[in-house]
Amino acid sequence: MGPRVALFVTCIVDQLFPRVGLAMADVLERIGCEVDFPEAQTCCGQPAFNSGYRAEARDVARHFLSVFEQAEYIVVPSGSCTSMISHHYAELFRKEPEWLDRARAVGSRVVEFSTFLTEVVKVEDVGARLDAVVTYHDSCHALRELSVKSGPRRLLGRVRGLTLKEMDRAEECCGFGGTFSVKFAETSGGMVRTKVDSILRTGAEIVVSIDSSCLMQLQGALARANAPVRTMHLAEVLASR
Amino acid sequence: MPREKILHKVRTALGRSSGQPPAAPPPVRLRIPDVPLDARIESFICALNKLNGKTCVAHSPQEVLDYAAQLCEGKRVVASNSPVLRECGIVELPNVRSNYTDADKLREACAAADIGITSADYALGDTGSLVIIASPREARLISLLPPVHLAIVPRSRILTGLDELFTLLPNPAEQTSSMVLITGPSRTADIEQILVRGVHGPREIHVVVL
Amino acid sequence: MSKAATTEPSKFRQTLEDANLQLAVYTATGRLMEKRREAVAADVLPEYQELRTQAHEIKKHTLDNLDYYLELFEEHVTAHGGKVVYCKDGSEVADFVLRLAKERGARLIVKSKSMTTEEIDLNERLAHHQLESVETDLGEYILQLAHQRPYHIVAPALHLTRYDVANIFTEKLGVENETVIEKQTMIARGVLRQKFLQADIGISGANFLVADSGAVVIVENEGNARLTTSAPRIHIAVAGMEKMIARAQDLPVFLKLLGRSATGQPLTVYTSFLSGPRREGEVDGPEEFYVVLLDNGRTRLLADREKRQSLYCIRCGACLNHCPVYRKVGGHNYPWVYSGPIGAVITPQYMGVGKDPWLPFASSLCGACYEVCPVKINIPKLLLDLRSEVTKFKAKERGGWAERMVFRLWAWVMRHPRIYEMMGSMAAAFFPEGEKPGWLRSVPSFMNIGPLKGWLSQRDLPRPASKSFRQHWRSRRKGGR
Ligand code: SF4
Repeated sequence: MGPRVALFVTCIVDQLFPRVGLAMADVLERIGCEVDFPEAQTCCGQPAFNSGYRAEARDVARHFLSVFEQAEYIVVPSGSCTSMISHHYAELFRKEPEWLDRARAVGSRVVEFSTFLTEVVKVEDVGARLDAVVTYHDSCHALRELSVKSGPRRLLGRVRGLTLKEMDRAEECCGFGGTFSVKFAETSGGMVRTKVDSILRTGAEIVVSIDSSCLMQLQGALARANAPVRTMHLAEVLASR
Repeated sequence: MPREKILHKVRTALGRSSGQPPAAPPPVRLRIPDVPLDARIESFICALNKLNGKTCVAHSPQEVLDYAAQLCEGKRVVASNSPVLRECGIVELPNVRSNYTDADKLREACAAADIGITSADYALGDTGSLVIIASPREARLISLLPPVHLAIVPRSRILTGLDELFTLLPNPAEQTSSMVLITGPSRTADIEQILVRGVHGPREIHVVVL
Repeated sequence: MSKAATTEPSKFRQTLEDANLQLAVYTATGRLMEKRREAVAADVLPEYQELRTQAHEIKKHTLDNLDYYLELFEEHVTAHGGKVVYCKDGSEVADFVLRLAKERGARLIVKSKSMTTEEIDLNERLAHHQLESVETDLGEYILQLAHQRPYHIVAPALHLTRYDVANIFTEKLGVENETVIEKQTMIARGVLRQKFLQADIGISGANFLVADSGAVVIVENEGNARLTTSAPRIHIAVAGMEKMIARAQDLPVFLKLLGRSATGQPLTVYTSFLSGPRREGEVDGPEEFYVVLLDNGRTRLLADREKRQSLYCIRCGACLNHCPVYRKVGGHNYPWVYSGPIGAVITPQYMGVGKDPWLPFASSLCGACYEVCPVKINIPKLLLDLRSEVTKFKAKERGGWAERMVFRLWAWVMRHPRIYEMMGSMAAAFFPEGEKPGWLRSVPSFMNIGPLKGWLSQRDLPRPASKSFRQHWRSRRKGGR
């Protein structure tokens, strides 16, 4: 029996892309984890934190901590939300020692999905099959705050039928940036179009990432450009058979 | 007094009081790799060639003189007061002027010269740099105003790199008002990032290792 | 747009729509990124990360004890026959230069590249008193002729093409139209060579001030800074006091990082270590040597323990080259001479967060700047701190209440899972999957406002799922899986 994991699916997956959460649950169950979904969960608080509303972010963070305090592992289909909890909660609770301790304790058990597979349970082959040429987008927070770089690629490497074609600008930001995408819509739009060009140059049919928010930005821009490329979360790729 | 005011503001900002000694600084980080002389010379030449510098290894003062004579033929040349140049006989070449002690005269001569000849106090093997320390022997403008710079470097002066230089000279200010590191010919890439050599300083640099 | 807005200034559009400019900036910064990457690669510089840490530590130590090092620096400069002048702002610097020029009968000043003098508009201030000061760095010279501000802290004319330069030279210098870059460079060399030989005063900046030596260190490629500091009778270095480092022996760490981070050069062509006027017996060099130490708000930045690190900056420009926002909006859309990520961090601190409140928000927080910063300034974190300061400032000024209410309400909803779920279902009901599945290209006009409008202006919109994850989960558990 694998470890017990609590899913934190993130608000964006819950409301917009539930199939990503379901795929993640499938993969985790397939490798023998006992999967739990604490129903009181909502959001990690990042939108408020990134917009400069610390008090509001703190309120939501406290809620998150109370919901997940008991969990052994908290697995998240997002590098950005993982980093919010494991890195930025410390800043939020800088002046509240008691909450800071709780945030540290929970933060140490929060793991981004691909990292959970490659570093915690150490499984790279989950028995997936997907006949497609894909390219991988490094989401910024996973890459730079959590140092996730080779793990997802190793996982993709074990998917039968799949070919990974790297794009020339894999590490460049897609331009999402939370509220940045709407506050600085034109700049963000320019950034994602540059990224889309890089994706199209690979000739891949699918862009894979470990963050649904980046994929929302990418899919939105690909759709707008009528480009024949679709997006898939890594969990969806790994759940394919 | 702005001085007192500003220092006071700095202290207030830092929460320090006047005369308070600083905390211990981080230890100095200087690492000198063990590279034999031949390898240092080779690395120096290789690095400088990459920057489009011309190099030559001379085995005697006569070879140095030959190189200089050939380069200087028919040109107006200013040489520094370095003993190395004198020993090689460079200052005796017909078109070479040297022995300047007056700044204005030197400047005029340099502004009109085609070639400036200097020695170098040190050279850095890893980057291909010359180190020239201003002194009665070496002026600043000879390596700067003429479009071609020729430097004669005794081989024993080739160090591994910056770390060794600053180990030998923990505080260059104690002996000079100016120490300059010259790494290749003057260059710019300010227009469309296209490399152009010789924008303000020399477009050509020749180094003879003796 | 209201003055307190934290959204995109409309002036961005012109840059974003200028295809030639976009290509020029993207290519130029891309090339600099590539060069840096090669220069710090593990096989050529295995100690790169260690150097970054060391550089950060030295800057931290020096600035934490800056008053001590200022005095030490001054002591050494004075001992070598130079003079240190403290100035609180640009007008004090200009006053000092003007007074000195008058006393010495100086008429012409040559200047080498210095962001600090750009910051205080020194040229304009001097020109105002009929004192000519000529920029001698090729890029800066072109910009001075064109009356433009630097586009980039390292490559000031990054946005101009050879054709732009040809026009500027023809118009301002009266030369034939010349579009060959090499020849353009030689035209500038000719004009500026005469200026160097005539000038009475040379004004330089400083990349580093070395406390234990009283030395000013300048790095450059062209040789114009060497000429500026060697040819005229008087040398004035104008530097922000944060340029201080404790010891000459700390220099190798910084020199190894600076050139590589900026242009991928292991060392720039010239590194000048200058300490005082020409000494007894030395043949040439300036007879007078001044170091102007500028405050201009730096003491305010020092006072904030966390943000103090933004003063560690060595102006390598790497964060600009790697910033996807800078690469889109370019250097002239930032409110001050410092552009890019470091500009977004220091400008609000110098000018006050209320002046251009959008600035800290102009970032996707991708962290590329922090990743490449040679002195490890945590720029994304500082931007986040500044965002929080902006919202606090707005609350105090009673502005931005609508956004604040939205976030309050949002936070309340997020603490009430049932209400959160109910709101989600309501949203889903608005966008029935029915006739047209897939992504939405538009929404009814009454909804096309605020964030939705922003999103849809650039990309298609995902529909809220008809069944949220939690609803799926419940049926899955009931179904016994
Ligand atoms: S903040 Fe860092 S990367 Fe940016 S210019 Fe300064 S030193 Fe360079």
